[in-house]
Amino acid sequence: MMEAAVKSAQAAKTTERPYLQIAGLVKKFGDNLAVDHVDLNIQQHEIFALLGSSGCGKSTLLRMLAGMERPTSGKVILDGQDVTMLAPYDRPMNMMFQSYALFPHMSVEENIAFGLVQDKLPKGEINARVMEMLDLVQLRKYAKRKPYQLSGGQQQRVALARSLAKRPKMLLLDEPLGALDKKLRQQTQLELVNTLEKVGVTCIMVTHDQEEAMTMATRIGIMSEGQLLQVGTPSEIYEYPNCRFTAEFIGETNLFPGQVVVDEPDRVEIESSQLGNRILIDHGITGPKGMEVWTSIRPEDVRLDRRPPAAGHNAAQGKVEDIAYLGSFSIYHVKLASGKVVKSTVPSSRWYEANEEPPTWGDPVFVSWRSDLPVVLTR
Amino acid sequence: MYNDGRLSWFLKGVLALGYLFLYVPILSLIVYSFNASKLVTVWGGFSTRWYSSLFQNDQIISAVLLSAKIALASACAAVVLGTVAGFVLARFKRFRGSTLFAGMMTAPMVMPEVITGLSMLLLFISMQQFFGVPSERGFFTIWVGHTTLCMAYVSVVVRSRLLEIDQSLEDAAMDLGARPMKIFFKITLPLVSQAIASGFLLSITLSLDDLVTTAFLSGPGSTTLPQVIFSKVRLGLNPEINALATITVLVVGTIVIVANYLMMNAQRKRDKAIAAAMRANDADSQNSAGKPAVSLA
Ligand SMILES: Nc1ncnc2c1ncn2[C@@H]1O[C@H](COP(=O)(O)OP(=O)(O)O)[C@@H](O)[C@H]1O
Ligand SMILES: [Mg+2]
Repeated sequence: MMEAAVKSAQAAKTTERPYLQIAGLVKKFGDNLAVDHVDLNIQQHEIFALLGSSGCGKSTLLRMLAGMERPTSGKVILDGQDVTMLAPYDRPMNMMFQSYALFPHMSVEENIAFGLVQDKLPKGEINARVMEMLDLVQLRKYAKRKPYQLSGGQQQRVALARSLAKRPKMLLLDEPLGALDKKLRQQTQLELVNTLEKVGVTCIMVTHDQEEAMTMATRIGIMSEGQLLQVGTPSEIYEYPNCRFTAEFIGETNLFPGQVVVDEPDRVEIESSQLGNRILIDHGITGPKGMEVWTSIRPEDVRLDRRPPAAGHNAAQGKVEDIAYLGSFSIYHVKLASGKVVKSTVPSSRWYEANEEPPTWGDPVFVSWRSDLPVVLTR
Repeated sequence: MYNDGRLSWFLKGVLALGYLFLYVPILSLIVYSFNASKLVTVWGGFSTRWYSSLFQNDQIISAVLLSAKIALASACAAVVLGTVAGFVLARFKRFRGSTLFAGMMTAPMVMPEVITGLSMLLLFISMQQFFGVPSERGFFTIWVGHTTLCMAYVSVVVRSRLLEIDQSLEDAAMDLGARPMKIFFKITLPLVSQAIASGFLLSITLSLDDLVTTAFLSGPGSTTLPQVIFSKVRLGLNPEINALATITVLVVGTIVIVANYLMMNAQRKRDKAIAAAMRANDADSQNSAGKPAVSLA
């Protein structure tokens, strides 16, 4: 997975012109800045996920790409063609709607054929394409059904088939699995990715579910309050978040505010009152001494011990406040002297291998981490 | 919650009283239409003589025909105008004063009919003075008056149905390449067809029933059915009118029952289809659980 991600990132760098170029895109609703100067390049055959909490402007951005909303300013260039002001019915992109928006008075077949009929394709060709699409989503025997006679998962597949039938240059998916229940969603994620990869269509999908984005996308863009904060492969975003929002939004993390007190090319020391100790990082950052920074350390990188660790830095003593036992691992909540709670993910085998009793509520313990693991965030 | 015996008897009693108020007058009207006696309040034995005399009464026959023609014509015009108005009110971007416009569209519903009728009468009279049209009051003027009234109702029904419909359906059609006109006829119109049909039926009953506006807008030689009934009853109760009313009840009742039956039947079919689909899906997802729909090529 990691290798694939690196490969696709390299491919992105070597290709000259991006397939889709979004430049300085802004959308205001009155005084409300729904999309705030978004710049983004998408390569052909990519599956890109816009990830953000509800109301952050994902759908608005997607609707501007589809032509359903007119941008306040900015440009959208698809395959060398400026489509910013093109009407939705003239754009070579299609959209799959969150509610699926299947036409209730038309059969599955008629729904899929709708776009092709608008293009005035010959009848034979329309039939052939509809059949091809029905086979793609394995719904051939449901061709004559009306949408209300289908289950949620089947409706989702019809919506997908309908939006792929015109062979769009780009497919836009708004919360493609948002209307399905959790169990069905996980099964459908892989199914959907397989279908999209088989067709080879370039996709932008919007979701608020980070697991869905991580599973399905080759690259992810993190959005908050209309701004695109960070773009990268799932592993880049998880391992090298560039801001507090991303660090906290993707997975869990422990954040320590502090000031840089030592800044040398091979070591940085950060004074953190919440930790009650110095944080040592074994590589330099660029920033003046005394700068306010946040240090992010993932729970799985925090080591839990009964005895004090050897090194004096990157460690603190605390009491076990809470334990969430999750089978193969447990999440310990350790309360430090400052009142700060540090989360640590501990594999269940940890105690067994060390031949120790697992600590329990109220036990004094030490948290510590290696100096190459923390990430320093400046915003 | 209302299982308390006394309370439930009380409620049932009130309900029975309500039904009595509604239906006893109609029932007595039907019974007395078969009265042989000319005196409305005295039972003189069973007879259908009032029905046969009804069908020989040219005044009534021509009034029925005129009312039917006006009802059909106004319902048609109201459906077209009201649908367009409802669409505009529901779908166009809000602009300054759009609430005022929405309110103005429904004004004929709340305005006292006397005022609507009177103002239209004044309009037609001054139009006749300046342009010479309409040359006389009659079918045309009544039709215009009824259309105005019915259009307001149709626009309300259509608008509220449009507000219910997921607007992404229209967005999806546009995204798939349909232009606004095409979307209106292929997507929007079929989805509101039921609302339009009920608007049509509503218009017919409104027009058939209207007396006040009609009184202002009708001229000599154009007397509608309600006008005839009203003028006849003013001269004293008349068994012929009872017969006419009975026929009206019969016709309206039949229409309502048939329409209800058709709608319920459609709903039942739909429910059955959904249930069948759900059963089939359960079986389907058990067969293919965990297996992706498309294998990796
Ligand atoms: N048509 C609209 N008119 C006014 N405000 C809107 C409109 N559409 C969206 N917004 C606002 O823009 C912001 C972003 O909305 P949206 O793009 O739907 O968020 P998301 O899809 O990320 O949940 C929200 O604050 C929302 O209220
Ligand atoms: Mg949304």
